Amino acid sequence: MAFATVQPKASPTYGISVDNISVTYSNARMALYNASCYVQPGTITGLVGPNGGGKSTLFKSIMGFLSPSQGRVHIDNLSIEKAQKQQIIAYVPQADEVDWNFPISVFDVVMMGRYGYMNMLRIPSRKDRRLVMESLERVGMSEFRNRQIGELSGGQKKRAFLARALAQEGKVILLDEPFTGVDVKTEKSIINLLLQLRDEGHTVLVSTHDLASISTFCDRVILLNQTILAAGTTDETFTEENLAMTFGGLPLSSLPSKSSLPSKNSLLASPSAQPLANQPGHPHFNPDKTTLLAQTDRMQTRE
Amino acid sequence: MNSAEVLLLAISPEAAWSWLIEPFQLGFMVRALWVSAFVGVVCAVLSCYITLKGWSLMGDAVSHAVVPGVVVAYALGLPFALGAFVFGFGATVAIGYVKSQTRLKEDAVIGVIFTGFFAFGLVLATKIPSNIDLFHILFGNILGISDQDIIQTLISGIITLTIILLRRKDLLLFCFDPNHAKAIGLNTNLMYYTLLSVLALTTVTALQTAGIVLVVAMLVTPGATAYLLSDRFDHMLLFSVATSVLSCVLGTYFSYHLDASTGGCIVVLLTFFFVVAMLFAPKYGILTQRRTRKKALPDSFLATNATPAPSTEDS
Repeated sequence: MAFATVQPKASPTYGISVDNISVTYSNARMALYNASCYVQPGTITGLVGPNGGGKSTLFKSIMGFLSPSQGRVHIDNLSIEKAQKQQIIAYVPQADEVDWNFPISVFDVVMMGRYGYMNMLRIPSRKDRRLVMESLERVGMSEFRNRQIGELSGGQKKRAFLARALAQEGKVILLDEPFTGVDVKTEKSIINLLLQLRDEGHTVLVSTHDLASISTFCDRVILLNQTILAAGTTDETFTEENLAMTFGGLPLSSLPSKSSLPSKNSLLASPSAQPLANQPGHPHFNPDKTTLLAQTDRMQTRE
Repeated sequence: MNSAEVLLLAISPEAAWSWLIEPFQLGFMVRALWVSAFVGVVCAVLSCYITLKGWSLMGDAVSHAVVPGVVVAYALGLPFALGAFVFGFGATVAIGYVKSQTRLKEDAVIGVIFTGFFAFGLVLATKIPSNIDLFHILFGNILGISDQDIIQTLISGIITLTIILLRRKDLLLFCFDPNHAKAIGLNTNLMYYTLLSVLALTTVTALQTAGIVLVVAMLVTPGATAYLLSDRFDHMLLFSVATSVLSCVLGTYFSYHLDASTGGCIVVLLTFFFVVAMLFAPKYGILTQRRTRKKALPDSFLATNATPAPSTEDS
């Protein structure tokens, strides 16, 4: 696992700081609770967790689509808004977020990645056109550029939106479930592209529940189930024990309400956190709440 | 016309010709035809965005919500377009506010707010002494449109077209992928309110032509028809404008000879074009698809295997 990345000094790299955020939806469901992590610049970081574990919520917070009720997210010393204005953050949406019947061609979708650089009328310059063509070329979609987006296969659709992120020249790229509905060959080519982008100094954050591929391309992982359970290098963090905790853990809603939780200090003061006593596979798996929280706190190491 | 007139038309080409061109020799008809064509263009352009954004219900809401505005404007001696715009836009803001503050789904909020505005307008219209003809507000009165109303229609229509022309790419991005718009630092709130105000303005533009009850057809049907006909936004825009203008002009013309509601004639034609497109559209028509499916059946396996072109591998 090579995570010593080559970072060209010329172009800056950006890390993502998630600083103790909590997100509550209007139906009082808490989607994220005291989540803190730092996505290292110039790495590929996998965001792993069960469905409903808050992956999308964390993504939306990083994108500024929703504002956390507590804490904040920033891109190194830039606020999210500033980073967006500077075209630093590119986003590759989940397939089911896109209206595939929309009357728009692949070329026009990729051109939308350049809008932030254009004047108010969004008239593309020669450079914009060149970058769009280069991006399409890079993902192998040039010959499909005039297709309506619904006429593409699953993998081609993904690559079209990857091309848009490339055309945007964002240094931080977020991909939401990029491997769903994609065949193995396309998955490999997407991974290759992500590795190249990382070596060029991009920061790549990938949310996925495809655990098999994580260790093949992620330098680091963040394990998430309503809060950050663990974060670190793939070798150290992507362990069976941590995964069991992530996918077998308690939903936050069953935890005592915030006010009745023991204070952070008392948790830290507690003797060294114990590994989970009973195994998550067991139907009555019910780890001690305090232990789980203590582990959570211990593992929120920011590097 | 009675049977003797029909007989005359049938036997004399000259009589038939003069019957046909009769509306074009009447000042109010020529005016009505021009105004309806103009309204057709404005509505058609906006309806592409409304269809793609999925805001048809919102169009219905805005059109109904303008009633109190029209009444108040007349009572205060202000231009009707101003009152209509304020209330139409106000209703959309109210809808957005109620939706964000309650747990109701959007359609319920829209239903409550627009009928509330509409009912309030009906009460006002029947209680405030004025010379407003409620029937004209509800069903339009393009054949009797006054010069002043034409000016208001033109102004609101031209403002609408200008805004859309200047912001067309951003609005399209907003309809297609608001998340990306936000991610590249565009102000999506501003786009949301731009589209809403343009919607309110278009409603005002179409008010005199179709009337409140049928405005929503002018705001939705041309876009929906065009959506079935094309895979490109600029083509969609052309088809939308074409069916809309054709329906508006022919509808106005027919309404003269049929002595029927002008708004009604226009919307019947719009719906007719929609049904034709739905059945016979080259790619998405119901009948067309049935035929191609039947044809493709024997080598359907070949077709599906051929779709991902051989050169899908990339570097």
